[in-house]
Amino acid sequence: MEIPNVADKWSGTVNEITLGATKDKGGTRTKTITIGGAKSIPFMDFEGNPGQKPVVAMDVYDVPPEDWPETLTKPFADVLNDPAQWAKKCVEQYGADLICLKLEGIHPDKGNKTAEETVKTVKSILAAVGVPLIIWGCEHDEKDNEVMPKISQAARGECCLMGVVTQDNYKTLTATCLADGHALITLAPVDINIAKQVNILVSEMDFPLNRIVMFQSTGALGYGLEYTYSIQERERLAALTGDKMMSMPVICDVGHEAWRTKESKSDDMEVPQWGARDERGPMWEAITAVGLLQSGVDIIRMSHPKAVATVKKCIERLY
Amino acid sequence: MISIGERINGMFKDVREAIKNKDPKAVRELAIKQTEAGASFLDVNVGTAAADPVAAMKWLVEVVQDTVKTPIAIDSQKFDVVKAGLSVAKNEILINSSKGDPEELDKFMTIAKEYNASLICLTMDKTGIPQDVERRMEFAMKIVEKAVEHEYELSKVYIDPILFPINVDQKQPALMFDIFNQIKMISDPPPHRNVGLSNFSQGTKEKRLLARIFLTMGISYGLDAAVMDVLDKDLMDAAMTAEIIMNQHLYSDSYLTAGRK
Repeated sequence: MEIPNVADKWSGTVNEITLGATKDKGGTRTKTITIGGAKSIPFMDFEGNPGQKPVVAMDVYDVPPEDWPETLTKPFADVLNDPAQWAKKCVEQYGADLICLKLEGIHPDKGNKTAEETVKTVKSILAAVGVPLIIWGCEHDEKDNEVMPKISQAARGECCLMGVVTQDNYKTLTATCLADGHALITLAPVDINIAKQVNILVSEMDFPLNRIVMFQSTGALGYGLEYTYSIQERERLAALTGDKMMSMPVICDVGHEAWRTKESKSDDMEVPQWGARDERGPMWEAITAVGLLQSGVDIIRMSHPKAVATVKKCIERLY
Repeated sequence: MISIGERINGMFKDVREAIKNKDPKAVRELAIKQTEAGASFLDVNVGTAAADPVAAMKWLVEVVQDTVKTPIAIDSQKFDVVKAGLSVAKNEILINSSKGDPEELDKFMTIAKEYNASLICLTMDKTGIPQDVERRMEFAMKIVEKAVEHEYELSKVYIDPILFPINVDQKQPALMFDIFNQIKMISDPPPHRNVGLSNFSQGTKEKRLLARIFLTMGISYGLDAAVMDVLDKDLMDAAMTAEIIMNQHLYSDSYLTAGRK
């Protein structure tokens, strides 16, 4: 008996976006990264082209992170006070495809750094590395609306990925990214309907749909990974069935979320039966990332070099 | 919903005049307005008064293509007129329509395949239009068989079971729902289910209301295409809302905006 072919046929494609601009495209990047392009669900390439490989963006903070456990600070101990050197280390030693600059320090409660100081930081990173940049605000609407436009102008033409905009705060950053040629991250916390809504609102401002990346907020292993997984899976299915307002690539914030959990943070003495943190923490981060990869993710934000290496190896093997 | 905008038709005075005087203004305006209203296809019909239907069809298709990129439905049952439209086509094309006689289907499917066009097939032949579900489904089966025989993609086939005006035969509209349902299960993928919506309520006092309610009920049974008045905003909104209720698209607060993009 002939075995029936049960492969699904998909009519849609995830938008392809190239981040970063080289000299001939008006930027100064030496490398660009293209994401998206999937015509099938992840790891089912017999159903269609799986698109571009997922990429890893390593987190760099504009201020030394206060709540990181030693396991996480150790690999960056010499550079935590210098975001440019930190970024360089991530790219040159740890193989980061992109750098995600998290502007923690601009938050009014966490340093309240000015736009001028932050522009300097951004410029120093652009000078130090050749990979594309993700620039992530502090998610305090007023402060982001004050600082992000100035950063956007300072990085004009570099085609950075800037974020995040939400249903309630999207106009300022959308307008400035449109003017300065950047891509945009639309955030809807674990809500697929709002995800679509933000995309529609942004597109109503004539922002091109093929310059948007979606972010659903991320749950780490044991802390809501399954919710993130299920939303991202539904998003990917919507894209593949041709919903133009949902055909954007997806970004996850794995590093920050995985390292907030007690399972990765607790030191070796606290819960001895869990094993050494230097193994356990990176493993928690890597498992969160690899789990979410199956749902359809294009950029994974990560922190620990060991976890990054594991996940990159896994991507290489599966694609 | 695959909405086929019906306004570029020589039966309407403005289009008839445009064809006669070779003045593209009215046609361009209708192409833009219907596209903005969210039309998936723009139906193009030279009407009955055109002196040279072949030349008129070429001209109409060219004017529309010069104005918008919206796909075009070439509306004629005359093979040479359809062929004329196809010969100048640059946009995606739907042929509207072929009758269900085997020789007609052979002719139309061959040319549709050649131009990578879609095709509306009517459940009728030269002997007339069946009045019941069974005979219409026999036609539907034959149309699908023909498509398979021609290796013509079923996703490009639109079956039109011919919706009668409500004031001509009131029993007919309700039969359609059963037919949509059955056509949906005829093959995988199934052919599309299409009706000519305006004809249904022509000459009635509640023309728009009748069309709107039939369309929403039809969608709930699997109707997915209609030649219709896309400039009737209430009708388009109702169709999009019915599709959201049937879980065919992802809900968002601005779903009516998304539906027109």
